[in-house]
Parts: sequence; structure tokens; C-alpha cells
Amino acid sequence: MTEAILVAFLIGTIAAGMPLMLAALGETIGEQSGVLNLGIEGIMLIGGYFGFVAVLMTQSFWLGLLVGTLAGVASSLIMLVLSVWLGLNQIVVGIAITLAGSGITSVLHTQNYGSTNPRLGLDTPWKIPFLSDIPVVGPSIFSQPGMFTVALLIAAAVAWWLHKTNPGLRLRAAGQKPASLDAAGGSVLRTRSLAVLAGGAFSGLGGAYLALLSTGAFTPFMTHGLGYIAIVVTMLARGRISWVVVASLVYGASVAVGTAIQLTNINLPNDVIKMLPFIIVMITLIVFARSAYIPPALAVPYTRGAR
Amino acid sequence: MNRADLHAPVEGAQNEVLVRLEGIGKVFPGVVANDDISLEVRRGQVHCLLGENGAGKSTLISILAGMQQPDSGHIEINGARVAISSPRVAMDHGIGVVYQHTTLIPTLTVLENLMLGDTGRLPLDRKGAMKRLKEVSAKLGADINPNALAGDLGLGQQQQVEIAKAMWQGSKVLILDEPTSMLTPQAIAELEESVNRLKAEGLAVIFITHKLREAYAIGDCVTVLRGGRMAAYISPEELSQYDEEAAKKRILEAMFGDDIDNVSADQAEELAGATRAGQDHDADAAASRPVVLELRGVSSHAGRMEIGIEDVSIAVHAGEVLGIAGIDGHGQSALAETIAGQRSAQKGAVLFEGREVTKLGVRARQRLGLRYVTDDRLHEGIVGDLSVAVNLVLKRIGQAPFWKRGQINRSAVQAEAAERIAEYEIRTPGADTRAGTLSGGNIQKILLARELSHDPKVVVFHKPTYGLDLKTVHRVREAVRRFAAEGGAALLISTDLDELVELSDRIAVISKGRIVGEVANDSSGTSERVGELMTGSTREPSLA
Repeated sequence: MTEAILVAFLIGTIAAGMPLMLAALGETIGEQSGVLNLGIEGIMLIGGYFGFVAVLMTQSFWLGLLVGTLAGVASSLIMLVLSVWLGLNQIVVGIAITLAGSGITSVLHTQNYGSTNPRLGLDTPWKIPFLSDIPVVGPSIFSQPGMFTVALLIAAAVAWWLHKTNPGLRLRAAGQKPASLDAAGGSVLRTRSLAVLAGGAFSGLGGAYLALLSTGAFTPFMTHGLGYIAIVVTMLARGRISWVVVASLVYGASVAVGTAIQLTNINLPNDVIKMLPFIIVMITLIVFARSAYIPPALAVPYTRGAR
Repeated sequence: MNRADLHAPVEGAQNEVLVRLEGIGKVFPGVVANDDISLEVRRGQVHCLLGENGAGKSTLISILAGMQQPDSGHIEINGARVAISSPRVAMDHGIGVVYQHTTLIPTLTVLENLMLGDTGRLPLDRKGAMKRLKEVSAKLGADINPNALAGDLGLGQQQQVEIAKAMWQGSKVLILDEPTSMLTPQAIAELEESVNRLKAEGLAVIFITHKLREAYAIGDCVTVLRGGRMAAYISPEELSQYDEEAAKKRILEAMFGDDIDNVSADQAEELAGATRAGQDHDADAAASRPVVLELRGVSSHAGRMEIGIEDVSIAVHAGEVLGIAGIDGHGQSALAETIAGQRSAQKGAVLFEGREVTKLGVRARQRLGLRYVTDDRLHEGIVGDLSVAVNLVLKRIGQAPFWKRGQINRSAVQAEAAERIAEYEIRTPGADTRAGTLSGGNIQKILLARELSHDPKVVVFHKPTYGLDLKTVHRVREAVRRFAAEGGAALLISTDLDELVELSDRIAVISKGRIVGEVANDSSGTSERVGELMTGSTREPSLA
């Protein structure tokens, strides 16, 4: 295999894996606190679209990512009010957010950019001194946009927050046994509210990463079920952030293998290549789904005193 | 130990009043839960709170813990009026609560569970918490492993962790809500010792129980609640004048008031939770009767969150009650469901009247006369949205005479319902009332009526009295006894040792899915021997 193909494979892995990782981090925070957010697909699209618009207007990728994050927070407010505060069914609300998010963004995109289909071009990469000169990994891993490094830092921060801090402990308790948290003097509502907002932020950021950095453009329905795969990753990872990172990169690799194969002489039908990631997800599910674990209080609204 | 020694005034404690409740009232839609209740809690005293289910104990506690707000009356702490608006406020006032249902999170470690109430700085302060745990466990006289998962601990140890958790913020008042209901006699003794230590430290303790024996053994003074009102207050001076019998009698009178005449001496004793060993019937006689239900080396898979059973062999004779004792979650559900046919056996054979029924389904076993009274009465036992009448024939769907050519025969169902409702005194507005709206006791009566009618031969009772009020408890136990007396074979699975000792001819002990031993219930000391078997092989590290 030539060097070029390997570089393309690694770049592809990161491009496909990072949005999934960010979204799954967001979903993990929500699920650990007991809120199942099925709206993640819609939130990613909203984050992607508004991030895209922001970059078109300001030419700043960082600002675009920030706008995508804020759009994610804004759209998760629906979940916050309807499900956490008012106790509506989280599954119904989540599906509504997904449908609304994909509908609104595709209408807005067709309306505003349908005829022009603008593209963003590339963000200037952070070339890490010396490391970026190494063959293969240099031009791929160590010449990524700055957001790649930030995303990995975010993953580390979330892991630390969940397992080593007081608020993180309270967050996990809210998903395991909210009544215990309440009896211990913590606020279930507050904990879950903040978790939903943080989850929305990371999902929106994941969508923005996908549109701005991985694809370089927004197209309607561009997530193609990535949000649902994030939910699968979350359930398999059971709150362990290292698993979220690894599972996301494995998914990324399965997407990138297809791209890499197209660069070689191997003659594989395009449809088969597109199927690859989904086949891998299915195999993973068959093998590991038994150990999938859901926090006991997931998707159960909390009412003090109710048994 | 001599009662006089135990209850001698604690030195150094001036017995000042820490908490005073004045005229507390609380009304829920349709129920007056608390009506003008006043009580005082003093330093270095154990104040026992007694009453039946629904007497208002839990409501009073949740008001004190900040989970509920009183509609009238007020609370004073150290002489100052306070509003306990949330659990956090209660904690800040030094009130620590050990709830009846565990609040430990099984997937977190002991230390994490304890730190849950901490605020302070962002990162978890493990070192500080370890230090504090050392202090608290010294006070308790307990040895607690901070890194074990809470779910892996035995119930006795979990209880100690719960108390440590309640004392974590430096509590001055400790509330224990029915702390002994799931414990072995050994663990109860350890708990009593811990409570006495805390008392000596100058803490005030509110001890809620419905066992008169414990109230007398642990309490310095007693308040009895009935129907949300204060039925009696027995001061330390008064209590110290009574011997055990007199105290029990006084409390029983307060608990049941005029009803006491209807409660025979025997029943009263039983309500008092006395451990009465020695069954009237002859164990040899039961052994000579035919075996109705037999399990030979049966193993079955684990369910969710619970272990399965491994190589279980038991036999139940006609006319006897075989008790199954064990700590909750040690394979009881798997055992019951394997017998009922709801779970398939991987190995071994289930025999009914000598005939193998291992491969038969629930319905076929039901028809043969093999019945199961489930412990999950609300979800598995009934369909809450269906009428009482339909629930009474739930296990005979499609069978004559209640169904004819695939159609429900309303008059037959109604007639059956009317008969059962009268026979079991099910309190329901009508046969068409939705079963889910009834109280737990009446739902249990529906289950009993359904399983004990139409020629039952073997009945598995799974925790049949758990969470019921005393009168229903009595009724249920009577039903079990009568069923066996009429020649039925009863398998009684329970976590309540007193109940097992009272009803069973023999008691087998299940631990980690295996039957680890069997005790004939013919002399005193049965519950101690069963308790030893329960903890025996997996003996918990000494807590005392």
C-alpha cells in the first residue's frame, strides 16, 4: 500500500470519527444523568447548518464551531423544558426534535443556498512542529485543524468531570437513582438540566465539525443516521469515555477503508463500500449488544416522593 | 443484657430537646396522613415510632427530612422555629435519615455513595472522605470497606453504610425507618449495638418499626400513631416500669384501640412480631405424607439484575409449608419462576405428584394445580387497567366456563368475581373497578383468591406479606396456614424470618442460588440457626 493511501485512510478516519465522538460524548453526558436524547440527529443538523452559515458570513471556522455549539444548546432547550421540567415522554420529544431539526435545516438550506451550493474550503491546519514532518502520520494526524486537538481535550475533560468531580458524581447518581441524589441534598432537576444543555452543546459541535471540517459544506440530511450511531456508541460505552473515543475511531476507520479502497486498484462496487460502516455497526451490535447497559433511571422523569 | 443497664441515662448528655414537632398536620387528596402530631426528640435518647402501615409514620419522617411540607404545625430545632424546605436544609440542621428502601446506588463504590451529599470544591475529595469514614465507622463500631461496590455488600453492611451516610454531615438527629425489616437476627443485634453506641455519643435517634419487641428492646420512649393521629406517648419513666409483656400490651392497645377486642391473644402476639418456634403439627407426620412437588438438581439462568439457581433439590409434602429463607436477590425469583414454569430449567427435573412437568408451560402447570403468588403483585400479578373481575380469572383466559367459543362469558366472570370478593373480603367499589386503583393489601387478596381457588395442590408464595399492613399480613398468613392444613403443599419464599418461623414446618436456606442447608422448625432458636446458614459460608467481616 502506498503512503498516499495510508494518509488518506488516516485523514478519513479522523474526519468521520470526530463528529461521532463529539456527539456520543454529548449523548453520554445526557444518558448518565438519566435523559435519553433521541433528538441528537436533529441537533447535529441544526449545529451543522448554523455553523456553516456563520463561516460563510465571517470566514472564521472557530466562530462557526462556536455558533454550531450554541445552536445545539438552543435546540436542546426543547428537551429541557418538555422532558426534564414537564416530564413529557423523552422518546416522543426526541423524535420530534430530530424530525424538526432535519426538516428546518433542509428547508433553510434549499431556500438560501439551494441554487449556489457554496463550499467552505479548508481550515488552516495546526501543523505540530517536528511531529508533522514524520511520514504518513505527519501529514495526516499531526496536520489536522485545531479543532481536532480541542475535541480530544474535550473528551479528556468529560472523562475527568464525570468520574473525578462532585458534580460528575451527582450527574451519575441522577441517572442511577435520582431519589438518592434528592435525599442527599442534590437537585435532580438542576443536574439533568445542565446535562441536557451540555449534551446539546457537544452534539451541535459534532454536527458543526461534520459540516465545516469533515465535509466542507452543509447538505440537507447530511448526518445519515450518525446521531443514532452515536446513541449506539453511548450504550456500548456505558459511560466510559475511552470506549467512546475508541468506538468512534473504529467507526471512522470503517468509513475511511471505503475511501482508501477507491484509491487502490481493488474493484469493489460503490454500494458495498457505502454499506461497510453499517455492516460493522451491525456486527459490533451482535457481538456486544448483550453487554449494552442503560442507566436504570434513563428516560424516567423524576417526581419527588413517587415510587 | 439487662434492660436497666442499657437504658440507664447516658452520662454527659443533659437530655435537652433537639427537635420538637408541634401539631404537625398533612393532608393528601382523600387521606389525612398526619393530624396534629406533636413529639420531642432528646439528646441521647432513642424515640420509637410505632404504627401500622398507613398510620402516618412515613409522612411524618418525610416532613422531618424535608421531602414533604406540613400543611399545619411547625418544627423547632434547638428551640428555634425552622422551615425544612428541602433535604439539603434538613441536613444542614443535622438531621440524617436512613430510609426504609435503600438509597445506596449499587453501581457506585461505598465511598462514592458517601460523597454524594458533599458540596465543597469541584474535584472529589477522596482523602478527606476516607478520613471522615474512619471517624464515622469508629463511632458506629463498624468496619466498612470504602472501595467495595455498594451492590456487592450484604444487607447488614449496606445498613451500616446507610447509617454512615446519614451521619456524614455530622448529624445530631438520626432517623431510622424500619431498619430491621430485611436483616438477619445477627445483623439486627449488630444494628442495636450501633444504635446504642450512637446514643452514648449523644445523638438523638428516631427508630421506626412495627415490631413491638424491638420497640421495647431499643426504645427509651415510644410514640404510637394510628390513622394519622397520636394514639399514645409512653414516656421513659412509664416505659421503665413495664416488663416486656406489659409494654407490648400497652402498645398494642394504642395501635388498635377498640379493635383490640377483636384481636385474640394469639394474634396479638403474632402482630407483636414474636419469634414463636415449634409448630403444632408433627414433622414426622408431614414427612410420611406423599411428596407433591419435587425439584431434582434444577438449575436455571439468571434474570436481569439477579442470579439464577444452581443444582437445587427440594421436596414439599402434602399438608406442609416449606419455607425458603435467604437474603433478597439470592435466586428466590429464579426458584419461584422455574417452579411456576415462567422460566425454563437448564438442568434437572421438576416433578409434580411424581410426574415430570419440566417441559410443561405455565398454563398446563396451572391446570394441574400448581400455582404461583408472585412478589411483584403490581406489575406481574395484575393488569392494573383491567377490572377486578377480569383479574380474578386472568390465568384462565380462554377456558370454560369463563370463555365460550373465544368469547368472554360475562355472567360467569361476574358470578366468580362476586363470590371471590365476598370470600376474601376484597375491598373494592365494585367488580368492574380497575384493579390498579386498589390498595396493595387488596391487590394481594385478588392474587390469593385467584391462585387458591379451583383446586390448587401446590402454591408458591413469594414474599406474600411484603409491604402490607398488619391486618392483611395476618390474613395472608392465615390463608397460607389454612391451605396447608387442608392438605395443600406450600412453598413459602420470604425474607422475613419471623414469618418463616411462624408458618413453616421446615426452612431451607438459599444463598447465591444454592440451597445451603435446611432447618427443621421444631424447637426454639430456629431463626438463629437459619441466620447462621444465611451468612454462614459467606460470612461478612465482623462489624462489631
